Amino acid sequence: MRTDLAGISLKNPLIAASGTFGFGQEFGEYFDPGILGAIATKGLTLEPRMGNRGRRIHETPAGMMNSIGLQNPSVAVFIAEELPRMRSYGTEIIANVGGAGIEDYEEAIELLEATDISIIELNISCPNVKEGGMAFGIRCSSARRIVRAIRRCCTKKLMVKLSPNAENIVDMAYTCAEEGADALSLVNTFNALAIDIENRRPVFNNVTAGLSGPAIKPIALRMVYEVAKAVDLPVVGIGGISNWKDAVEYIMAGATAVQVGTANFVDPLTMPKIIEGMQLYMKREGIQNLSEIRGIIGGNHG
Amino acid sequence: MENKGYREFPVISNEAVVENIYRMDLGGDFIAEPGQFFMLRSKGAGPLLSRPLSICDISQGYLTFLYAVVGEGTAILSRKRPGDAVQLLGPLGNSYKVKSERKTALIGGGIGIAPLLYIAKTAEIKPDIYLGFRDAPFFEKEFEAYAGKLQIATETGGVGYRGFVTDIRNWDDYDELFACGPMPMLKALSRKVVDCELYLSLEAHMACGIGACLGCAVETVHGMKRVCKDGPIFSAKELIL
Ligand SMILES: Cc1cc2nc3c(=O)[nH]c(=O)nc-3n(C[C@H](O)[C@H](O)[C@H](O)COP(=O)(O)OP(=O)(O)OC[C@H]3O[C@@H](n4cnc5c(N)ncnc54)[C@H](O)[C@@H]3O)c2cc1C
Ligand SMILES: Cc1cc2nc3c(=O)[nH]c(=O)nc-3n(C[C@H](O)[C@H](O)[C@H](O)COP(=O)(O)O)c2cc1C
Ligand code: FES
Repeated sequence: MRTDLAGISLKNPLIAASGTFGFGQEFGEYFDPGILGAIATKGLTLEPRMGNRGRRIHETPAGMMNSIGLQNPSVAVFIAEELPRMRSYGTEIIANVGGAGIEDYEEAIELLEATDISIIELNISCPNVKEGGMAFGIRCSSARRIVRAIRRCCTKKLMVKLSPNAENIVDMAYTCAEEGADALSLVNTFNALAIDIENRRPVFNNVTAGLSGPAIKPIALRMVYEVAKAVDLPVVGIGGISNWKDAVEYIMAGATAVQVGTANFVDPLTMPKIIEGMQLYMKREGIQNLSEIRGIIGGNHG
Repeated sequence: MENKGYREFPVISNEAVVENIYRMDLGGDFIAEPGQFFMLRSKGAGPLLSRPLSICDISQGYLTFLYAVVGEGTAILSRKRPGDAVQLLGPLGNSYKVKSERKTALIGGGIGIAPLLYIAKTAEIKPDIYLGFRDAPFFEKEFEAYAGKLQIATETGGVGYRGFVTDIRNWDDYDELFACGPMPMLKALSRKVVDCELYLSLEAHMACGIGACLGCAVETVHGMKRVCKDGPIFSAKELIL
């Protein structure tokens, strides 16, 4: 299942999604993280962030909303304390970077430039921080500014993580491609609302929060399909993947690799089960390489 | 038990002890520390996320949960019959031990009494136990064998002390207190207790239960901590409630 992602060779196309796998340690109690294609770190920012106060999790039918607010120890602490341990897993580490303003992103990238990490995932799509975050991921003009600035200082592979809340996801993908992104990952969470009717107020202090899980899969899959068809960059599919069948759907829609998020919470062994399921599926179908089915649903089915 | 993710256990019995409060016994050889919890789910249709429940008791060959039916997940649980299975992840979280050299009281409010039984049962010496209920007490008899002194409070005054369990007495002549119950009760207790070590078992909405999602974070003087992994038990001195 070896997969080439923008020139980086992954053991397989299964990547743990940012913010759902910590820095890998907790899952190490359940399986060897070294079997994964890659791990995307919790969203890192230049300064440490304590995250949001109040409720952070709300369950919805077939999904969940979160308002964590990018709680993280900072890029510098990540490099000093978490990265060495993550390196010992023997899998690719993808640094997921968030920020408030362009300068914060730039400085964070500069610190990561000095490490042996080969892929940066630029999060311009977090709906849970007031400043920046998703703001960059809604309009093409703001996305263009940040991707251009980061491309200038980033010699690593640059994967831009798109928001499903973008005005037009395909235009957004074109914009990132034009500005020199090496890969795209999508989607982040959908901006959503829940109301506590007993107390007549929003469930979350920030009012809105990000929806993820099986509930978003068909929409996310459609977006991945449209983007993969439109741009000539590897696309990493994310959204509601819970089992190997979901993962295969994303590959057939054109994804080079996939990320698993919320499903890691539902069962810590989700990812090993997906890898095993895909292997069995490939064997049964006589598939040597996933490229045989990648994007196989093609363009028009009129 | 080795850490192999969710495992299935058979329901031995699942009965209401009073209206809306159930006791469920699951068969298996369980090894866990007092104060820990499990994430529970049932196979097949049902909510996406699991539900955290404290260990109420562990006996030879079975584990006991005591739970209140408050929503969809616990309603599904309450309909399980003997022979059905539920899936458990755990034991999870930190633990609490009553030590012989410390004069200790356990204080529970409502369904918050659940973890106190196994804590009392595994104590080095019998702690005093104070249980508070809104109206009718439940499950209080189970504590008798393991309590030094056992005192009940009800808000309606039907049984025992009339009022909140936290107001039963001045707590400062204990060396140590362990409390579990609704947040207003825990807050009231933290305000009243001046001169003894107070440990609180907290609840938080959880997605993973294993420390990965940061959904269950609470603010402490040492920064944000995870109720599922760093807790559920915290020293009141550490918490910013
Ligand atoms: C460490 C820990 C130990 C617990 N031990 C017990 C116990 O021994 N007995 C018992 O009756 N209850 C216990 N609870 C509370 C129990 O988890 C909730 O009552 C239960 O999750 C409610 O689920 P529901 O689907 O019935 O309710 P709903 O309100 O429909 O649940 C909706 C969502 O909110 C979450 N939720 C709702 N109430 C709570 C709550 N109080 N705490 C955390 N999450 C909540 C649910 O897990 C679910 O994700 C414990 C909670 C924690 C954190
Ligand atoms: C609790 C939680 C925290 C998340 N934190 C981040 C984050 O820090 N950075 C990021 O780029 N995405 C973050 N995400 C988004 C996920 O990486 C993923 O894009 C999204 O959840 C959709 O995938 P899923 O349906 O498989 O969960 C988070 C998601 C959840 C549920
Ligand atoms: S419930 Fe996920 S970190 Fe505690």
